[in-house]
Amino acid sequence: MTHLLSAAGLTKTYAISGGLLLRRQAIALRAVDGVDLNIMPGETLGLVGESGCGKSTLGRTLIRLIEPTGGTILFDGDDITSLDMKAMRPKRRAMQIIFQDPYGALNPRMSVEDIIMEPLVIHGARADAAARAVVADMLRLVGLPQRAASRFPHEFSGGQRQRVGIARALALKPRFVVCDEPVSALDVSVQAQIVNLLQDLQAELGLTYLFIAHDLSVVKHISDRVAVMYLGKIVEIAEKRAIYASPQHPYTQALIAAVPVLRPQDRGRGRRARLAGDIPSALNPPTGCRFHTRCPHVMPICRTQEPQLRTTAAGHQVACHLTERP
Amino acid sequence: MNSAAAQLELDADVPETHVHPARATLKRLFRHRLFLSGLGLFGIILAAAVLAPWIAPTDPTKLAMRFKFRPPGSEFAFGTDNFGRSLWSRVIWGAQLSVIIGSSVVALNAVFGTLIGALAGYFRSLDNALMRVNDAMMAFPAILLAIGITAVLGPSTLNAILALAIVYVPRTARIVRSSVIVLREMEYVQAAVAAGAGHWRILRRHILPNAMAPLIVQLSFLFAYAVLSEATLSFLGLGAVPPTPTWGNIMAEGRQYMVEAPWIITIPGIALMITVMGLNLLGDGLRDVLDPRLRIQQ
Repeated sequence: MTHLLSAAGLTKTYAISGGLLLRRQAIALRAVDGVDLNIMPGETLGLVGESGCGKSTLGRTLIRLIEPTGGTILFDGDDITSLDMKAMRPKRRAMQIIFQDPYGALNPRMSVEDIIMEPLVIHGARADAAARAVVADMLRLVGLPQRAASRFPHEFSGGQRQRVGIARALALKPRFVVCDEPVSALDVSVQAQIVNLLQDLQAELGLTYLFIAHDLSVVKHISDRVAVMYLGKIVEIAEKRAIYASPQHPYTQALIAAVPVLRPQDRGRGRRARLAGDIPSALNPPTGCRFHTRCPHVMPICRTQEPQLRTTAAGHQVACHLTERP
Repeated sequence: MNSAAAQLELDADVPETHVHPARATLKRLFRHRLFLSGLGLFGIILAAAVLAPWIAPTDPTKLAMRFKFRPPGSEFAFGTDNFGRSLWSRVIWGAQLSVIIGSSVVALNAVFGTLIGALAGYFRSLDNALMRVNDAMMAFPAILLAIGITAVLGPSTLNAILALAIVYVPRTARIVRSSVIVLREMEYVQAAVAAGAGHWRILRRHILPNAMAPLIVQLSFLFAYAVLSEATLSFLGLGAVPPTPTWGNIMAEGRQYMVEAPWIITIPGIALMITVMGLNLLGDGLRDVLDPRLRIQQ
């Protein structure tokens, strides 16, 4: 099977300067640390993890909104890792992004029509009747009335703004869309509307999604496969059914156990995996397995040796020493 | 797609009538008391400057020794000075010069302050070089630097404009830079990058329009500083050369006759006060309406 997008050893480090005046030194913050990821055409890959684990950075690095420090990105078979701004432009048609914050994602000084039209104009369209017709189509597609075109962002609710953001992302008819927590900032009732809209659009336009979220129930609803990220690394990736039914990494188990259930008394007593402590600093990640400081099943080897991502079942990959025992 | 009911609800939520944001801002400005009183005060000066040839037809440089030291009255509204020149004419033509100098300094600041600030804030590789020069300029007290520059260039109206622009552009650049640094991280800028926008488009369409509010507020205060500094320079003999009337040199000449003819120094002083107060009130009003966050901080 050919991948739509494939990243190998993708790394993004930020130089943070620390220390006092004369002892100043650059410390590398490894936001994304050697991630291998393949995304199939037409699928929705859910990406989950705690705040600050590098989910958004990974999503944005994949479409070169953030320059990777290392590794390669293949999009549709072409290496896009080091294309310059000009060479990247035609590629950008096919990869777009939907943002979390519906207030910060729309320029307050532009009308909705100008906002949705801008990607078309950048890619050579003239701002004429044909372009306005595309805008009208996009508004219809995302379920906004035609009169929205002349309005400015401040006149819309959060959910409506998110629809404008989706219309802008889809105006160029992309194949791959990074959804960077598109519903986290919305009310629950509106969340469902936007998730359904994204699913309808996927079916209609044959889109491929990287769906970043920290809400596991939303991810469970929309994803085909789910990747779990911890401190800049992917620790488990599998089909949705497999990962929710039999999570193998202790971190995934803890995440799934933490999802609130409707009837708490139904949850099995005593089996619930709980996590103690906070996520360690990415400036100084733990040696060996990054999760060993919080893992309930920690073994001596975990402190010294970093587990690699291995296939444990068809399509199920885990990075944990527990799963390596014969 | 969505259910019909949900769709109807969405339709209803998008307002039928709508207000362009620029019109809404204007409306709020013209309801703001500080802004209106500032506009009124500055409007007096502006009107005097524009209408000078009609309301002050007497040549402000014409000597008439037999009329010297006439107090304000029915013959000479603002009295006359030590050479018998009409102070009404001199103060009004001085207003015109003040307004010309103020608006030139503001225009130069708007262009070069925005340019330097936008380059430094957007292209971080230029930031260090540009801002260290900027800091060096800002390390001098404003008026001292202006005096130094006019002393080198020689006294004239044009040199006073140049000196004041050189003094104030670094301050304006810093304000633009700080807005640009904030705005370049906004998600709508990221969206433009994702759409393939070039640097020029991002700056022109997304960053600069949103950086205008603090800049406009700054420029309204700058107008007041420029008029005040110009008066200082010409008071010291470093502005426009006499007999061209400026508020500063009228006051410098009137200083010697403060006891016998106090109106010579007082009237341009009042004009200067009206200008500065008007512009400050105007700036406060603009700040409240355009940039409400600054109000909370003060």
